[in-house]
Amino acid sequence: MLLHDIALIFGRYARQTLRSRFQMLFGTLMPLLYLLFFGPLLDDLPLGSAGDSWQVLIPGLLLQLALFGASFAGFSVIVEKSTGVMERMRVTPVSRLALLLGRVLRDALLFMFQAVLLVLAALVMGLRAPLPGILIGFVFVGLLTVALASLSYALAVKVATPQEFGPVINAVTMPAMLLSGLMLPMTLGPGWLDVVSRLTPLRYLVDAVRDAYVGSYATAHMLYGTLVAVVFAVVAVAVGSRVFHRAGA
Amino acid sequence: MSIISTSGLARTFDSRNGPVHAVRSVDLTIAAGEIVGLLGPNGAGKTTALRMLTTLLTPTGGAATVAGHDLAGDPAGVRAACGYVAQSGGVDPYLTVREELVTQGRLYRLSRADATARAARLARDLGLGELLDRKAVTLSGGQRRRLDIAMGLVHHPLVLFLDEPTTGLDPGSRTDLWDLVRGLRDDHGTTVVLTTHYLDEADALADRLIVIDRGVVVAEGTPAALRAEYAGSPAASLQDTFLAITGRAAAPADAAPLSVQGL
Ligand SMILES: Nc1ncnc2c1ncn2[C@@H]1O[C@H](COP(=O)(O)OP(=O)(O)OP(=O)(O)O)[C@@H](O)[C@H]1O
Ligand SMILES: [Mg+2]
Repeated sequence: MLLHDIALIFGRYARQTLRSRFQMLFGTLMPLLYLLFFGPLLDDLPLGSAGDSWQVLIPGLLLQLALFGASFAGFSVIVEKSTGVMERMRVTPVSRLALLLGRVLRDALLFMFQAVLLVLAALVMGLRAPLPGILIGFVFVGLLTVALASLSYALAVKVATPQEFGPVINAVTMPAMLLSGLMLPMTLGPGWLDVVSRLTPLRYLVDAVRDAYVGSYATAHMLYGTLVAVVFAVVAVAVGSRVFHRAGA
Repeated sequence: MSIISTSGLARTFDSRNGPVHAVRSVDLTIAAGEIVGLLGPNGAGKTTALRMLTTLLTPTGGAATVAGHDLAGDPAGVRAACGYVAQSGGVDPYLTVREELVTQGRLYRLSRADATARAARLARDLGLGELLDRKAVTLSGGQRRRLDIAMGLVHHPLVLFLDEPTTGLDPGSRTDLWDLVRGLRDDHGTTVVLTTHYLDEADALADRLIVIDRGVVVAEGTPAALRAEYAGSPAASLQDTFLAITGRAAAPADAAPLSVQGL
């Protein structure tokens, strides 16, 4: 029953997304700009980590895509609350968890698709990385999307207006981007910044995907990255599920 | 046999200006197959009551049973048995009439084939047959309202809650809807609870009226009984009866726009 409901909700939103080619492609625009205009700057810089500059930059851009895309996923719930679509679905016996997971699944596939586009573009620009590493990168994009989209939907159920939603999301995503070393490895910076950065969960995902992109799979980074990503996703889905169950209380 | 019964049902909202007692303590008994009109001035608590009975809103007090399912204990059972048409609707403007009807049917666990057939049938019954492949955003106000109503009917609910279903409908569509509601009751035994500000509608359609004001039931009975009791004569107008009960007119008498605070 749960799977049936998830498939149903997923189908509804996937159809909506497929209809909007704009939405499917537009998400790749920002990382693509970084790729074009920021990537070349790094060409000959000593980045203090294994691999060439593309192998450092692309993992960051992939997770950045998920970070900004998934964090704003909740906007659709705010719209649906105001059009009454949310209540009209909640009045049916459909599983509350499915109302969350169906959407989250759509988001995960959407951003993984955008990640594929980005990597294809990067390959053209000169990225060279092992295939298993690239695939691992997509899995991390998926996990991060599940985590952030779940929290974003939960927040959207709780707040009343887009004016409350936007600033909260910005307040979380900007520091997360800066502190996780998405752009440049944190090890380049002073010690205190490196310490603060270690408190940012996203940091561990970035380090893990960078290792994957240079073909190092059995590393401490990979272990911590996987643990953090899985735990973050599980906790976020639990929080989201709780909020979706109690909506209207 | 009562299909809806509530005891002490209450809902208080927290607001910046202190608690709002939208529904204070409502005891209702509604029999299977009844058509009940829920009347009351703006802000009386009608919508809040319906949202509680359809599990959308958790009561802050009291209990209720709907179609044999306890509201708090078995919300999924209540949901499966009920249809609900919200006061302000609930369709995605950028999906088509057919998509929305089929999705809603499937959320109520109809098979794809059943949901598709049902969508076509309901669209025909509600005069939307030609519009099945139009996006909701392109419908006129009254057409969209009829789509809202169809959405609440997809799964042949045992109990149907209609919150001001005929607001925005032209006179012909309005009487068509009355016929539809009567047909549901006569052919399927559907119990219908509807709110309305049109007293002629309440008079024509409802077996029994329940008047609520400031969150409590202030009168109930057949339209004739209410007239006799509150306006002194079974021949009195329902308008006078309503005024006598609530001290206020059913709809604002003057057309001056209301100022809405806190929006
Ligand atoms: N979410 C909310 N938060 C705070 N107050 C609310 C909320 N929802 C409703 N109310 C208040 O509860 C009271 C009852 O509202 P309700 O919508 O049930 O009235 P109604 O009888 O349906 O009125 P109308 O005829 O205008 O539709 C009103 O005073 C309203 O302002
Ligand atoms: Mg109302």
